[in-house]
Amino acid sequence: MSDGETTAEGLQGPAPEERPQPSGRRTSHGVRIDPETEAAHEPRRTVLSALVQNEPGVLAKISGLVSRRQFNIESLTVGTTTNPETSRVTVVIEEPEPGIRQVEKQLAKVVNVISVRELGGDAVRRELVVLKVHGEEPDKVNAITDMYGGETLDAGPRTITVQITGDEQKIDDAIDAFRQFGIRELARTGQTALARGEEWTTHAEEERYERIHEP
Amino acid sequence: MSEGQPTQRAEEAEAAEPTEVTTGADETAERPVTTGAESVARALERAGVEHLFGVQGGAIMPVYDALYDADLTHVTMAHEQGAAHAADAFGIVAGEPGVCLATSGPGATNLVTGLADASMDSDPMVALTGQVPSDMVGSDAFQETDTTGVTSPITKENYFAGDADTVGDTVGEAFALAREGRQGPTLVDLPKDVTKGATEREPEAGETPETYDPPERADSEAVETAAGVLARAEKPVILAGGGVLKGEACEELREFATEYGIPVVTTMPAVGVFPEDHDLALEMAGMHGTGYANMAITHCDVMFAVGTRFDDRLTGGVETFAPEAEIVHADIDAAEISKNVHADHPLLGDAGTVIEQMGEAMADERAADMAATGERFQDWVEQCQQWKTDYPMDYAMDEEGPLKPQFVVESVDRATADDTIVTTGVGQHQMWAVQYWTYTEPRTWVSSHGLGTMGYGLPSAIGARLAADDDQSVVCFDGDGSFLMTLQELAVAVREDLDITVFVLNNEGIGMVRQWQDSFHGGRRMASEYPWMPDFATLAEAFGARGFRMESHDDVEGTIEAALAHDGPSVVDAHIDPTENVYPMVPSGGANGQFVLEEDQL
Repeated sequence: MSDGETTAEGLQGPAPEERPQPSGRRTSHGVRIDPETEAAHEPRRTVLSALVQNEPGVLAKISGLVSRRQFNIESLTVGTTTNPETSRVTVVIEEPEPGIRQVEKQLAKVVNVISVRELGGDAVRRELVVLKVHGEEPDKVNAITDMYGGETLDAGPRTITVQITGDEQKIDDAIDAFRQFGIRELARTGQTALARGEEWTTHAEEERYERIHEP
Repeated sequence: MSEGQPTQRAEEAEAAEPTEVTTGADETAERPVTTGAESVARALERAGVEHLFGVQGGAIMPVYDALYDADLTHVTMAHEQGAAHAADAFGIVAGEPGVCLATSGPGATNLVTGLADASMDSDPMVALTGQVPSDMVGSDAFQETDTTGVTSPITKENYFAGDADTVGDTVGEAFALAREGRQGPTLVDLPKDVTKGATEREPEAGETPETYDPPERADSEAVETAAGVLARAEKPVILAGGGVLKGEACEELREFATEYGIPVVTTMPAVGVFPEDHDLALEMAGMHGTGYANMAITHCDVMFAVGTRFDDRLTGGVETFAPEAEIVHADIDAAEISKNVHADHPLLGDAGTVIEQMGEAMADERAADMAATGERFQDWVEQCQQWKTDYPMDYAMDEEGPLKPQFVVESVDRATADDTIVTTGVGQHQMWAVQYWTYTEPRTWVSSHGLGTMGYGLPSAIGARLAADDDQSVVCFDGDGSFLMTLQELAVAVREDLDITVFVLNNEGIGMVRQWQDSFHGGRRMASEYPWMPDFATLAEAFGARGFRMESHDDVEGTIEAALAHDGPSVVDAHIDPTENVYPMVPSGGANGQFVLEEDQL
């Protein structure tokens, strides 16, 4: 420190290139690189389920939070549960592992979010598509609808509207199959999901279930 | 310059004070709640609020009407941005949420910068905004803004108050949320029909909702593992962030660091949490941190980071940040874990509690392996000391030459007590104020860190002054560009007769931008030079404050003495060397260990 009395020289010390430099480094995600097991973080697609309080603006908060952090949302669905005070939000994202963990933690941070979890690959996932094709070949359309276990919702001389439910791959395949008739319009819901078997979908649910179903 | 006289208004304010003070708690209890606005006022009193910072307006008028009878002091600011910064600084110094108020529309939008600032720095703050009546919401009514929509990304939580019966509870909850867990600003939007609406309900004591459950103690197994890693380190460093301050963990940090002899580096918001005159203190790291702090974080093998979000101004490029260190990261906010820098050992919990847990676990480690701690770090501590010798913080100064800003900062530090509070704007002056002042006590450094808000200095000095002890000094270092952005708040400082000394380090420009233009844009000084600056000393006098001008090193001591001696606001227009730049510097995205000491090294 200068004592103010003397004429000082300014900052001193070896220049940058003269200083010792560590040989380690991190990835752009801040993960320290172990030279032996250098792990690349490829994006993967996964489902996060959040149980939230039914309050105005919760969905806006969740979607705003995810979008302003530039996470890539594939789909986002929401609906109430058996308890009218709560809703389930299902978010499908495609991110490298650190990004998935971030979305999970950011969701958990929203004050109205009760509990969040990433669902495993065996989760029961469903999606719904409603699509409207040209109606010139009704028999063929019916055959394809039956093949995908779908349902005809509306049939007229010019258009036929059907619904197909299933996992994402099945919906994609069905849409491909219907292309031959000319798809006029299409609306798909995005995925909704529950954990398979006895497993609870998010951490809070067992406790909440027991609280509500206490004899 | 003429002798500053306390203004007539200031004298009146002083004379009026005793009558406000007599509005005691007993009287409060006898004042029944009859409207939503009165419920809001009662909730503020219950939260222990002493000062409010705000500006009147149409939609907030019912709340102000209720404040007329409340046991609170309202400080009318010149601009709502000033109110937000004052409340923010109040929160930093007091450790309890500061409160700001604004009306709907432009009032609310003027708070936005201050809210964003508080949000980035996790400062406890509560904002109350007026709103058009509920039945007009969404109609683009006069002075209507979707305030909860606008402020959602920059508040910890915000509320649209639904009805008069519950509005007081909502305010109470906003307070609780602002202060619990990771602190931050909360906002309650108050439609005029709700605040005017009838209710007799007393607000409930404020509590956070049950879905909000910040962790207190870290998982004990994780602590044991982390303590083992730290104990077996060769070159450990503690990185203390703002969470240490917010978590009131300064004492725990000091004990832990000295017990185990581990050097301490701080982030900018954490300046003051560890005494900078301590042997183990390496001071602030990052872009304009000390060379020794940056060498230590670059070469450490274990980093115990507490309450930091690893901002890019601290880390530089993450690829080169503490590249060989195992990171133990303690934080109360799970979302900060591995957000910017991967945490090898996350510890979720309150800063003070986790440091204590680590202390206990380290003691066990030491008992198991006597060689593992204490002396083992001796070589490393000596290496850090060597770096202090190699890279001393100093500046070139010719006493006959132009005034050096660093000399001004050091001279004010010498002339004031250790507990003096420093507030700053944003820019070069801010960096000199953090580099050349020795901070030894927590809550004495008040600045805009994450958002980097120019104009933060003066209004934050007002908030800090009202939160500080009476015998504590408050000085503000500002830049000419930064000061010009909010200097209208000088009217408030004069009216309230606040003892604040502002040192404007005047280089007739936006110095930090100019420095970057010179360094990275070939000296093309687009819009960074301000040759038309007002005479700040005369301007101060026009506001009713004392004004001083400082131009040479010989002026410094006497001017500082006179300015500090003035019992009220004073402004020192210090004309500094316009060519002086801030070093050391880690170029944006660069490696911390490659900090440059002068422009030629860029």
